[in-house]
Amino acid sequence: MKILTGNDLKTGAVTWWDGVQWSLHVEDAVDVGDHAETILARESAARRVNAAYAIDATRDEQGVRPAHIKERIRALGPTVRPDLTLKPADPDAGNWVI
Amino acid sequence: MYQYDTYDQAMVDARVEEFRDQVRRRLAGHITEDQFKPLRLMNGLYLQLHAYMLRVAVPYGTLSGAQMRMLGDIADKYDRGYGHFTTRQNIQYNWIKLEDAPDILADLASVEMHAIQTSGNCIRNTTSDQYAGAAADEVVDPRPYAELIRQWSTFHPEFSFLPRKFKMAVIASDTDRAAMRLHDIGIQIVRNAAGEIGAAFYVGGGMGRTPMIAPCINAFVPIDQMITYAEACLRVYNRHGRRDNKYKARIKILVHELGKDEYTRQVEAEFAHLLTQNIEPPLAELERIKGFFADPAFEVGAPDVLDRSDPDFALWVDNNCLPHKQPGYIAVTISLKPVGGIPGDATGEQIRVMADLATRYSFDELRVTHAQNIVLPHVRKADLYALWQVLDANGLSTPNLDQIGDIIACPGLDYCSLANARSIPIAQKISQRFQGREQEIGELKLKISGCINACGHHHAGHIGILGVDRKGTENYQLLLGGCEGADTSLGQITGPGFDEDGIVDAVQRATDFYLSNKQDGERFLDTYRRLGMAPFKEAIYG
Repeated sequence: MKILTGNDLKTGAVTWWDGVQWSLHVEDAVDVGDHAETILARESAARRVNAAYAIDATRDEQGVRPAHIKERIRALGPTVRPDLTLKPADPDAGNWVI
Repeated sequence: MYQYDTYDQAMVDARVEEFRDQVRRRLAGHITEDQFKPLRLMNGLYLQLHAYMLRVAVPYGTLSGAQMRMLGDIADKYDRGYGHFTTRQNIQYNWIKLEDAPDILADLASVEMHAIQTSGNCIRNTTSDQYAGAAADEVVDPRPYAELIRQWSTFHPEFSFLPRKFKMAVIASDTDRAAMRLHDIGIQIVRNAAGEIGAAFYVGGGMGRTPMIAPCINAFVPIDQMITYAEACLRVYNRHGRRDNKYKARIKILVHELGKDEYTRQVEAEFAHLLTQNIEPPLAELERIKGFFADPAFEVGAPDVLDRSDPDFALWVDNNCLPHKQPGYIAVTISLKPVGGIPGDATGEQIRVMADLATRYSFDELRVTHAQNIVLPHVRKADLYALWQVLDANGLSTPNLDQIGDIIACPGLDYCSLANARSIPIAQKISQRFQGREQEIGELKLKISGCINACGHHHAGHIGILGVDRKGTENYQLLLGGCEGADTSLGQITGPGFDEDGIVDAVQRATDFYLSNKQDGERFLDTYRRLGMAPFKEAIYG
């Protein structure tokens, strides 16, 4: 599947296109199929996202998983600071990245 | 230390307001990201993996207590409670909001700091010896010369759009503590046989994907011509440096392709021309700057003995303190490398603790080292135990300077958008694996980079580790034999790479081999240089 990611203009936070708006959570990401360029152009022009692009991902029983480790780290947060990730209480969250 | 004059302050303040307006226009949609990106980068604001990252300049690594305190306050007020000290003697914040950036720059300006020229194809922050002004082996304090270069290179109109970024280092002793020959221009302040001060120019060094050791192109430029000579070096580079390929755009490629002799010939010709233009700052300005770097009011007759009855304190003194030129004083290195910690990171509270210790015990002065540690340069021996107790209470007393746990590591894939692999977890695992064996192993400089750009100086590590992307998986190459000191050398790759756990095992096999084969007094690097790669490779790969 193809999903879209970028950063929030004001905060720089990593965001994911959920079909309607930009979510902080990768599990909300939706497959955009062949519509990536259209959505990116519209959303960037409206300043609802910054520096956005399309990436490959898969969906399994755990949810959406970006294909590349760099995007998985973006999705979770730094593996060396679990307290600063989106899932600070989940001791297995880092395993999802690797 | 140097203090801004009205021109310095006015320039920095104006830059803050200029950037505030640029941010306002970006947030209002009046300029696009493509238009805004070069503007924010000129002010040190990157967009990294998780958020905006702000890189703050620390000229030649020197900070006052008030400046350090402000860095700690910024960490707490605008970031997530910590900052990361870098291999270029700067500090980076990883979680900055764009809308906060102008206020942060205003706070920095209030203590004579900024983020100007910490990005982009310009002359970056000039680095120097962290023991400047304290070391007994220096010819002079190199910082006035670094400050003169800072003033010359800041907003230099001709060198604001170089083919590529440009890094300079200035030292003034034969013991190179600033990796001087691995810079675009390295300058060693020297004294000739007549007792005159001059500058030896080393040009075309660097790490990155094509590491090179800078050759000396002029062993003695009179000090009142130093800026003119630097201008000539930059002019030749700006004229002929490649702009068609960013991977071949650094000055090291130009010097290599032209050859040292031809590059030097062109520099000397340009230098001869520039001498007719009278561009050198007046010596009076250098003398004015020197006045800011006069020795502090050392106590004459300060006690020159230490009570070493506390074994933990004694171990820390032996590992982390350097003899001082002034009897009764000592230079202290605070390791930011606790076992299992993140190299170079310090919390806002720790930063303020170090600031307060500097104010109380080190004439209000600190240094950031290129090895991502902090130095208190001028501490009375009589105060050392009290200082150590405060450090110990704040997690800042790790006694591992230049040992295997004192690892240089770039932010790597945990933070950096350029990285291919994580660096920090490797550093954490190595420091944990070797906990308790540091003294047995002795001096061993281990450096880790998460990509070929080599921000973690892996080429210059006695043991270097380079993280690469191997079909979407992190893989780590091992290098041996690098060194950044007066005997600078580049590490050589041992062979096939390793996974995350395998690289830690490989480091252990290399150090075990060293311990089994070292001769009296040999460091790891000495044994490697004596025996060569082959037996180490055999030990590592079996």
